[in-house]
Amino acid sequence: MAEFKLPANSVVQDGKSFSAPANAKNTRKFKIYRYDPDSGDNPRTDTYELDLDACGPMVLDALIKIKNEVDATLTFRRSCREGICGSCAMNIDGRNTLACLKPIGDISGDVKIYPLPHMPVVKDLVPDLSHPYAQLASIEPWLKADSPPPPDGERLQSREERHKLDGLWECILCFSCSTACPSYWWNPERYLGPAVLLQAYRWLADSRDEYTGERLDMLEDPFRLYRCHTIMNCTNTCPKGLNPALAITEIKKMIAERGA
Amino acid sequence: MKMQSDLGRVRGLGSAKSGSSHWWAQRVTAAANLPLGLWFIYSILAGHTASFDAVHAWLSSYFHATMMVLLIISVAWHFVLGLQVVIEDYVHNRKAEVVSMLLIRALTAFMTVAAIISVLRIVFAGA
Repeated sequence: MAEFKLPANSVVQDGKSFSAPANAKNTRKFKIYRYDPDSGDNPRTDTYELDLDACGPMVLDALIKIKNEVDATLTFRRSCREGICGSCAMNIDGRNTLACLKPIGDISGDVKIYPLPHMPVVKDLVPDLSHPYAQLASIEPWLKADSPPPPDGERLQSREERHKLDGLWECILCFSCSTACPSYWWNPERYLGPAVLLQAYRWLADSRDEYTGERLDMLEDPFRLYRCHTIMNCTNTCPKGLNPALAITEIKKMIAERGA
Repeated sequence: MKMQSDLGRVRGLGSAKSGSSHWWAQRVTAAANLPLGLWFIYSILAGHTASFDAVHAWLSSYFHATMMVLLIISVAWHFVLGLQVVIEDYVHNRKAEVVSMLLIRALTAFMTVAAIISVLRIVFAGA
């Protein structure tokens, strides 16, 4: 049945506080989720007060400043710091987004930072994404064709055919959308989630791919695809401005089309 | 201990290759409920359900009896499909899932048949 209580040792407690330097004029508090599964302690939120005049504009700048200057034990993922790698996806100010694209100035009051929701936590802001990665592998996100490529070059697409991939290829697989989806929270084992379904549609919409039928067979399942109830959290939260809900609807339309 | 690979676990038992007819039926019954529901609300406002005799006269008409049976079937079907989704979403104990699904279907089937027989009785037996 449904679970109404949190498991033992999962209630988030108040943690340590770190004040800004005494001469700081423009300060802001960052409340950050901390959890170390090896310690056996409950998770906690530590409060870091920073001098924004000595910090870059984005939330990721603040996290790097904390790790470099205040508390080296803070753990998070980051790489490109420009919204291309998808490493620094986390829940900031109540919404899943990329820390590198989220301006501190957009947030009023304390900046609350948590890991992506409803994922196992490896440490602090680092979620375990092995499961969604395996789900991505299960849809075989690569070009599958039996016709050999033309001997003189690449497989060609018309402009219209290529245009169908716009809004799909830009996905950087940060999984902000999947971890914002209530359906994915309740049934992550079997529902593929918006990020993986958008990738599935990216190959369904590709004129060069010749395995559309097999791909649809694989997706036509009450849980893999039809757990999507068009809640739209995915589209609302996507830091790249993409529309996974629309991609899922297109898959449902394709399956309806071949049935009629 | 589970040592199965992540991909093996995700592929699981494979695709059920179903679900689209459920999805489509839910939309069709929703669309059907709209005109049928409007007809029903209009009938109530027009006073057809004001008394036993009014209901009796109203459902003696073949048109209104047909609309009523269609409404019963469409609403019951939509109800079962919708509750199935709720159970699949939230009930994660396989036994409880199967039992509650069967119970809901049995109860809905009973009420649907009882409601249709009541309408037919007015139409044909005149009682």
